[in-house]
Amino acid sequence: MKHSVALFTLLMAVWLLNSGHYTPLIIGFGVASCLFVVWLARRMEIVDDEALPIHLLARLPRYLPWLALEVVKSNLDVARRILTPGRPDVSPRLFDAPTTQHTDLGRVLYANSITLTPGTVSIRVHGAAITVHAIAEDVADSLLEGGMDRRVSRLEGEPR
Amino acid sequence: MTGTGVLGAATIAIVVCMGLSLIRSIAGPTVFDRILAVNSFGTKTVLLIALIGYLSGRPDFLDLALVYALMNFVGTVAAMKFTRFGDLAGVEDDDSEEIF
Amino acid sequence: MAHPVEVLSWICILVGSLFVIIGGIGLLRLPDFYTRIHAAGITDTLGAWLILLGLMLHEGFTLNAAKLATLLFFLLATSPLGSHALAKAAFLRGLDPLQGRELADRHEVDDSE
Repeated sequence: MKHSVALFTLLMAVWLLNSGHYTPLIIGFGVASCLFVVWLARRMEIVDDEALPIHLLARLPRYLPWLALEVVKSNLDVARRILTPGRPDVSPRLFDAPTTQHTDLGRVLYANSITLTPGTVSIRVHGAAITVHAIAEDVADSLLEGGMDRRVSRLEGEPR
Repeated sequence: MTGTGVLGAATIAIVVCMGLSLIRSIAGPTVFDRILAVNSFGTKTVLLIALIGYLSGRPDFLDLALVYALMNFVGTVAAMKFTRFGDLAGVEDDDSEEIF
Repeated sequence: MAHPVEVLSWICILVGSLFVIIGGIGLLRLPDFYTRIHAAGITDTLGAWLILLGLMLHEGFTLNAAKLATLLFFLLATSPLGSHALAKAAFLRGLDPLQGRELADRHEVDDSE
């Protein structure tokens, strides 16, 4: 039930932010269509922890700023590699990165964080490992140190 | 330096960069390079629409940018899926032929 | 003299455009498809973020700023998904990445032979 309420709140917020017309009729349309979408989503049985990870909300504010900083740092690094005169300073490497998450949601978050960071792209998830393409050896090494893996596991929380 | 100058400079930078991705999308060499370039082109279009909206004093353009951002994503995934399966309703099939 | 927030917004937009251009150059300069994904990543992350952040600062605390934030969220959610889908499709198609520091050179040798 709390997931349905969360979904409705989210949809309503999107409606209100994007409409800009606050008359009873238009807001009524908004409420009606949001309720319809929540009903559809419940019928499809996708209103659960995996689609709406509201249990992560409390820990998200600690993870996102770290991720943003990480993305900025790797942007500068990849920009330097691209602009190196002569030949771009790349030494690509394909490797398997181990994961310590215990749910699919956690692994998806980790894989998405890897892809969001320029310099590393997750190619596929097989079993507990993620195949990653890195633009350079040292980028691969710093991912294999596992700082991001630990933080995503902390974000994911204890097994329930 | 004025606000209009900055917005204009950013617009020009993005148009130049769209030209660069267009070159990559024509040069290829694989079909994935082309889809990647077109996806990147789409992201720049979103930014261009937002910037032109402010440049011409009509921030309503942001709605268009929002729709374009979503269409760009769906378009990329559809093109990728079509490339991989040769069919938008395709499923995993190991025997599918090489196409490039 | 312009307002400091306005100046900050100009700086964000200009630095963002710079990163968009660097991404475009990378798209042309890097040796193979997999490395080019990283260049497109620069445009999609820092370039787009800084330009949208600059426009948000320019806009102030309004409904349009909220729309820009929505746009930022969409880009944040869709760009890694798109890159991953492309990389996975290429990988399963059997497109092998160039590897190691010398591989771009070896590639050039392959071309000349």
